[in-house]
Amino acid sequence: MKILTGNDLATGDVVWWTGEGWSVHVNDAIDVGDKGQEIADAENAARRVNIPYVIDAAREGDDIRPAHIKDRIRALGPTVRLDLSRKPADPSVGNWVI
Amino acid sequence: MYRYDQYDQAIVDARVDEFRDQTRRRLAGAMTEDQFKPLRLKNGLYLQLHAYMLRVAIPYGTLNGRQMRKLAHIARTYDRGYGHFTTRQNLQYHWIKLEQAPDILAELATVEMHAIQTSGESIRNISADQYAGAAADEIMDPRPWAELIRQATTFHPEFSYLPRKFKIALIASAEDRAALRWHDLALRIVRNEAGEQGFEVFAGGGMGRTPFIAYPIRAFCPGEEIFSYIQAVLRVWNSHARRDNIHKQRMKILVHDLGHEEFTRQVEEAFAHILTLGTDFPHAEYERIAAYFAPPPFETGLPEAIDRSDPDFALWVDRQTIAHKAPGYAIVNVSLKPIAGIGGDVTAEQMEAVADIAERYSFDDIRVSHAQNLVLPHVRKQDLHAVWQALDAAGLADVNLDLVTDIIACPGLDYCSLANARSIPIAQKIAERFADMDRQLELGELKIKISGCINACGHHHAGHIGILGVDRKGTENYQLLLGGSGAEDTSLARITGPGFDEKGIVDAVEKATDVYLRERAQGERFLDTYRRIGMDPFKEAIYG
Repeated sequence: MKILTGNDLATGDVVWWTGEGWSVHVNDAIDVGDKGQEIADAENAARRVNIPYVIDAAREGDDIRPAHIKDRIRALGPTVRLDLSRKPADPSVGNWVI
Repeated sequence: MYRYDQYDQAIVDARVDEFRDQTRRRLAGAMTEDQFKPLRLKNGLYLQLHAYMLRVAIPYGTLNGRQMRKLAHIARTYDRGYGHFTTRQNLQYHWIKLEQAPDILAELATVEMHAIQTSGESIRNISADQYAGAAADEIMDPRPWAELIRQATTFHPEFSYLPRKFKIALIASAEDRAALRWHDLALRIVRNEAGEQGFEVFAGGGMGRTPFIAYPIRAFCPGEEIFSYIQAVLRVWNSHARRDNIHKQRMKILVHDLGHEEFTRQVEEAFAHILTLGTDFPHAEYERIAAYFAPPPFETGLPEAIDRSDPDFALWVDRQTIAHKAPGYAIVNVSLKPIAGIGGDVTAEQMEAVADIAERYSFDDIRVSHAQNLVLPHVRKQDLHAVWQALDAAGLADVNLDLVTDIIACPGLDYCSLANARSIPIAQKIAERFADMDRQLELGELKIKISGCINACGHHHAGHIGILGVDRKGTENYQLLLGGSGAEDTSLARITGPGFDEKGIVDAVEKATDVYLRERAQGERFLDTYRRIGMDPFKEAIYG
């Protein structure tokens, strides 16, 4: 699947396109198919998100897992500070990145 | 230390106001990111993996307790309770919101700090010996010259749109503690045969994808002419540089392409012309700046003896303190490299603890080293035990200066948008493998430096053991390098061979240290043994 990501303009948070807006949770992302660049251009022009781009990802059960490690780290947070990650209560979550 | 006058304060305050307006316009949609990016970079604001990152300038790595407390306040109020000291003696916050960035800069301005020229195509924060003004082996305190050069080059129109970033380092001792010759322009204060002070000048150094060690281009330049000489170096680079190719824009490429003899000839030609313009610092200005760096009122008649009855304290004294030029005083190195911690990271509470200790025991003076540690430069030997206890209470009494666990590592793929691989977890795993203190002491001086990409922020080219993280078909892979140095015996590390995965690189480092322990001669460091026996025995052990 193709998903769209960027950083929120005001906060810098990593965000994912949900079809209606942006979420900080990668599992809220939708498959944008071949519309990713079109949505990215519109959102960029609307000054809601910074440097949006389309990535490959795969659905694994209830989770969406970006194909590249860089985007998995973006989705989760730094692997060396899991207390600051999106899943601070899950000690095994670092394995998801690697 | 230098204190802002009304002009400095007005400049920094105006810059905050300007950036506040620029940020407002960006958030309101009046500017595109392409328009805004160079403006935010001129104020040290990057966009990294998880958020904006703000890099705060700490000129020549010197700050006081009030400034450290402000850094702690910003960490707690605007970030996530910590900051990260960098290999350029600066501090980075990794979780900044754009909408709050102007407020942070305004807070910094209240303590005479800013983030100007910590990014972009400018003369970056000038780095210097972290022991300046305290080291027993220095000719003089180099910081007045660093401050003069900082003031003269900041917002200088000729240097505001450089082809690429430009890094200057300055020391005043034979021992190099500032990775001098890895800089675009390296200045070492020396005495000539007549006993006059001046500068030995090196140019064209740098790490990154094309590493070069700076060439000596002038054996002696008098202080009253050094700004003309610096202008000449920059002018030659500015007039030739390849602005069409980002990989060829750094001055090191020009020096290499022209040849350092021809580069030097052109610099001397430009220098002869610039000298006629009278743009150097008046001596009175040097004296004015130097007065800010007058030595603190050291006491005399202090005891030299230290009670070493506590073995943990004695070990800390032996490894973390070094000779001070004033009798009865010592320089204290504060390790920011706890085993399994994150090198260079300091919590707000730790910052405040260091500020307290510095104010009470070190003439309110704190330094940042390029190795991502802190320094309390002027501590009475009779206070060392109290300082050690206070540091220990703050979790800052680790013992590992220049040992195998005192690892430089860039933020890597955990934070950095340029990185290809994570650096910090590799540093943590190596530190855990070598955590035993007896083993660290047996290995002696061993500098490991880790970068998560070819930009080399972790100085892997200069590591006795260097590690470079690369992306190998979407998987992290780590190349091992041996034989680099960032000290006075500067050398470029060489790659051993094929790379490793996360566990394999730790094993490879251990095998390299096993070769050293087997082959070393009396008194040799790891680097000495490598230089004597060469790469082959190491390759055989690592890959055989």
